[in-house]
Formats: sequence, C-alpha cells, structure tokens
Amino acid sequence: MSTAVTSGDDALFEFLCRMGDSTLVLGHRVSEWCGHAPVLEEDIALANTALDLIGQTQLWLGLAGEVEGKGRDADKLAFLRDGWDFRSALLTEVPNGDFGRTLMRQFLFDAWHSIYLGRLLKSSDKRVADIAEKASKEVSYHLERSADTVVALGDGTEESHARMADALAYLWPYVGELFAGDAVDAAMVEAGVAPDPASLREEYDALVGRILEEATLALPEGRFAHKGGRDGRMHTEHLGHILTQMQWLQRAYPGCTW
Amino acid sequence: MTHASVDQVWDWLAAVPDPEIPVISLTDLGIIRDVAWQDDTLIVTVTPTYSGCPATSIINLDIETALRGHGIEKIELKRQLSPAWTTDWLTEGGKRKLEAFGIAPPQPAGGPDHCPHCGSKSIEKISQFGSTPCKATWRCKDCLEPFDYFKCI
Repeated sequence: MSTAVTSGDDALFEFLCRMGDSTLVLGHRVSEWCGHAPVLEEDIALANTALDLIGQTQLWLGLAGEVEGKGRDADKLAFLRDGWDFRSALLTEVPNGDFGRTLMRQFLFDAWHSIYLGRLLKSSDKRVADIAEKASKEVSYHLERSADTVVALGDGTEESHARMADALAYLWPYVGELFAGDAVDAAMVEAGVAPDPASLREEYDALVGRILEEATLALPEGRFAHKGGRDGRMHTEHLGHILTQMQWLQRAYPGCTW
Repeated sequence: MTHASVDQVWDWLAAVPDPEIPVISLTDLGIIRDVAWQDDTLIVTVTPTYSGCPATSIINLDIETALRGHGIEKIELKRQLSPAWTTDWLTEGGKRKLEAFGIAPPQPAGGPDHCPHCGSKSIEKISQFGSTPCKATWRCKDCLEPFDYFKCI
C-alpha cells in the first residue's frame, strides 16, 4: 500500500511497477486479438501495438527490478507476482468486448500515455527519461491509429456509432483513476521523477474531447472513478483471470525458458 | 595480444544482415552505436529499433556469432536507449537497398514519396502497422500492388 512507502527507492519501485504493469496487462489484453481481428490489417496493427507495449514493459519492469535490488528481473516481476502485487490501472484490465470497445479503450489509454510520457521526458531520473523517449515514439503511432479508428467507427454507421457510444459509457468510469494521485505520486513529484497525475487532466480532456467530437460522440460529464488498480488496493475481477493465462507456464514449470 | 582494429570490426558488422530485412545490414540500419575495446573485451553498443521488436535478441545473437567467427572471444553487448533510435540513422545506401527490395524508405514528410514498384505517386495508406514493428502498409493506386513503408520515427 502506498501509505507504507518510506524510502525514495520504494516509491520509485512502485511508480515503475505502475508503468510496467499497465503496459503489461494492456499488452496482454490486446494480444488476445491475435488471429481474431475483423480484417488482416487490424490484426497486424493490434499485434504490433501489443508487442510495443510488452517491449515497454520489459524496460519498465527491468528498471523496477534493478531499483528493488532483490535479484528480480522483468520476467520474474511479470510472471511470479500475484494479483495483489500488480499496479496496473483498472482501465487496462477490462475485457476486450467487441472491436469498437477495444479501440476505444486503446484510445483512452493512448491519449493518457502520450501525454504522461511527454512529461516523463523531463524526468530527473535519466533512466526514466530514456525509456519515455523510446516509448513515446511508439505511442504516437498507437494514438494516431486508435484516434483514427474511434473517429471512423464513431462517425460511421448507426450500428458502429451506437457501439462506440456504449463503449465510451462503459469505459469512462475507469479513466478517472489515471489522474488520481496518492503518496507514491507525491513522492515522485517531489523527486522530480514524474508529474502530478491530476495536472494532466485538462490536456487529456481537451485531446479526448477533440477526437470524440470528430467521432460525433460526446465527452461524458460524469467524473465517478473506479480506483484501486494503480495502488493495488482492489483490482477488477478480471485481473486474476488474465494472470492465470499469462503466468501458468512459469508457475507450472518454474525457470523454464525457450 | 593484438586486437582487430575498431574499423575492422565495423567492417565485419557491416556484413551482418538485419534478420527481418536481410537486404540491409545492421550498420545500414544504424543501430550499432559504438564499438570499443576495454582491455581484451570488445564492447558493442546496440540500440533497439522498437522496444518490443522480436528481432532484438536475434540481432544480438547474430552480432556475437559473426564476431566469434572472426576470432573475437570476449564480447559484451550493451544496450543504449537514449538518444532513441531514429530512421534518420539509416544510411543512404541502406535506403537505396530498401527501395530496390520493394520497401519504401522513410521520408521526413511521414509517408512514402512514391510506389517502390512502379514509381507512381498515386498511393494510399492501408495501416500504420505492417509485417514488422518498423513498417507501415501502403498501396499503389496505379499498379495496385501493396507495399511496405519503413516508417519514420
């Protein structure tokens, strides 16, 4: 729990797990589409996005393991922690639903991701800034594509518009958590490592609002937010199911490699 | 004991093909950042193209195999993230080889200039993503062939 954070390295470890766990869980979710997308190009795009996110996970969790200094590398952190140790944002855990919901979730995440990584470029911790520099180039492509698709489907047929509106209504309550700061965030702000999440909200609403308007969808007014993923207090019921799929091999055959 | 010169090592690396686009070499791709001797260990600094690129581990293996083949025993591969790899580091020769192979080389404008098959400028984007993380998928509206575009990052 965030209240137990005592030293700077503990907070940094938490912060890095939040970054890496969100990209890991979303990367896993997106990879579930592999071989199932509506057309080949979309299948390839989803698989590439998943690959980028898993690659970024290796960087974030690799650094988390280094900072922790207990000999855990990115694989150990990804495959041998239990649900309560994960720090993924709840938005990344929700099921894919239909293609529209998957792309709406991707857009809502990409918009946050691109803004957040942009701020991390100025991190006082060079290792964090380096990863952000690498990742932000990839995320600009993710955002371009997910925004295009949200516009195409939102401003598409009656059916696709209705589905995107449903997706937005379902996902919006998971967005607020991305901007809710706690003691870990405060420690990161103090150390100059990462920005105050709340400070990104205005830019986020402007970006998301602009794209949704183009998509003939309205930015929801409600600010109710499901929380508990980033601080590990309470994940969605979906996380455990993801972990059973993602981790069973390492748990059944510890230390197994390709 | 005398080492192979650093220039010699660069020449050897210039002969190692990219595992996914074998028409260009690792030095064409611009991912070798530095080659240096530290005592009797050769340190090769490599930068990833995309963080999730599955070719990264194969590239490291290919570098090690090639250099061992030239008699170098102690090799250390270092990963350098910053400055992040950019397509600006593709060599001019590399860009020509891509084009001849049917992959449109990166353009500062953010999209291919013309179809690498027929040269037509009448082209359209199919997807920001392609067969590898570094490529996007485009199509020529004249010869109707799809083609890969090495996207600009």
